[in-house]
Amino acid sequence: MSEMRRVTAICNGTAIDHIPSGHALQVLKMLRFDVGRSNPISMVMNVPSGKMGRKDVLKIEDRELNQEELDRLALIAPKASVAIIRNYSVAEKRTIELGSELINIVKCSFSNCITQNDREPLPHKLKIISSEPMEIRCSYCGKNQDIDEIVDYII
Amino acid sequence: MGDLITMDDLTNEEILQILSEANTLLPVARGDVYLPLLQGKVLGNLFFENSTRTRMSFETAMKRLGGEVINLSSVGSSVAKGETLYDTMQMVDGYTDIAVIRHPNQGAAQYSADAVSIPILNAGDGAGNHPTQTMLDLFTIHEAHGSLEGLNVMMVGDLRYGRTTHSLSHALVRFGAKLTLVSPESLRMPAEIVSDLKNHGADVNETEEMASSISSADVIYMTRIQKERFPDEDEYNKVAGMYKLDASDLSEAKTGMIVMHPLPRVNELRASVDSTKHARYFEQAFNGVPTRMALLCRGLGIKVPKKVK
Repeated sequence: MSEMRRVTAICNGTAIDHIPSGHALQVLKMLRFDVGRSNPISMVMNVPSGKMGRKDVLKIEDRELNQEELDRLALIAPKASVAIIRNYSVAEKRTIELGSELINIVKCSFSNCITQNDREPLPHKLKIISSEPMEIRCSYCGKNQDIDEIVDYII
Repeated sequence: MGDLITMDDLTNEEILQILSEANTLLPVARGDVYLPLLQGKVLGNLFFENSTRTRMSFETAMKRLGGEVINLSSVGSSVAKGETLYDTMQMVDGYTDIAVIRHPNQGAAQYSADAVSIPILNAGDGAGNHPTQTMLDLFTIHEAHGSLEGLNVMMVGDLRYGRTTHSLSHALVRFGAKLTLVSPESLRMPAEIVSDLKNHGADVNETEEMASSISSADVIYMTRIQKERFPDEDEYNKVAGMYKLDASDLSEAKTGMIVMHPLPRVNELRASVDSTKHARYFEQAFNGVPTRMALLCRGLGIKVPKKVK
């Protein structure tokens, strides 16, 4: 049995495969699907994968994620593969791209950064210094961000 | 744009050009020649944190070049009423032609530059950067050694919170400096800066011990352990007074070695050093005037003449 079939095939929506093992919940948080949504979501975690050893898989029904949403995933699941499902078949494959700057996606975690004042109106900006290993730096204060904790600073 | 937020805003050629212009402006900085290059221009001196030398030298620089200065400090302004930096900067954008900002929050200078159209010069943002100090430091080093290339530079003290060393180390490695970073374990240079320096191919040695590197140094850059940046006094007391440079420590130093300090000093640099040939910190403080003159001209797009009569 294919590992993708541990959960039922979905009629319409988005399937996200090859999420690093144990990161599916973070992906949902990153996509802002962790609260206040009614879409059915199926998740498998820590299943064997030829490419990755172990992986997580997510299927979100009745929702086609747009590119801006998918690009958020580059921070924690840069090699995930994404399929848009229509009428039980793959209608489109999408790739996740890590741009050079993240604007209003995550906040800087440094307690003395000027952006910690919520009343300051300019957007939060983080620069991508390198993708492997992932190194992200606040465009204002220049502090490197802890990738393991970045999910806690999602806007 | 004429912003100066970090040393990355200047190429090596631009650095050398500004140092050369600062040298040209020395007679103006001393008050021997009046050169109103900036007549009709207004500088906003925005100090949300204490300053003696930076604020005064910017004001002197502007006035010696015929410009005007308006001052803002957080005490006695709407900042004390909780106004955002963004809103304050909108006023400054309207009232001035160029602004110098010092702020306790890191990133405040870049944030201000993004918020307004006038050029912004970073005069210290928290424990971040202090590039105009770096320019006057480089001017002082260049004046003493005739070049910035390949020097052995020791930086001593609070390298974690000491923003002057952050900007200076970035600049020096671009000129091939070998850096010896001397600090207590708890005040080491931030990891991202050391990583940047090493990515530049720099020879960087981090140590807690000062004495053994003195004889090979071309520059000893002392810094104060900054009590105001410590979260609690116990942590400060553990490391305060760890380094003290005395004239007797310099017996093995190279003849041309210079001792620098961004000032103010407390105990780390003893008065006995003042009378040695190595002491250069008071000249260094004066050098803020010609260097900041050149930076104000750059910011405002005003050409400095090749010669000043």
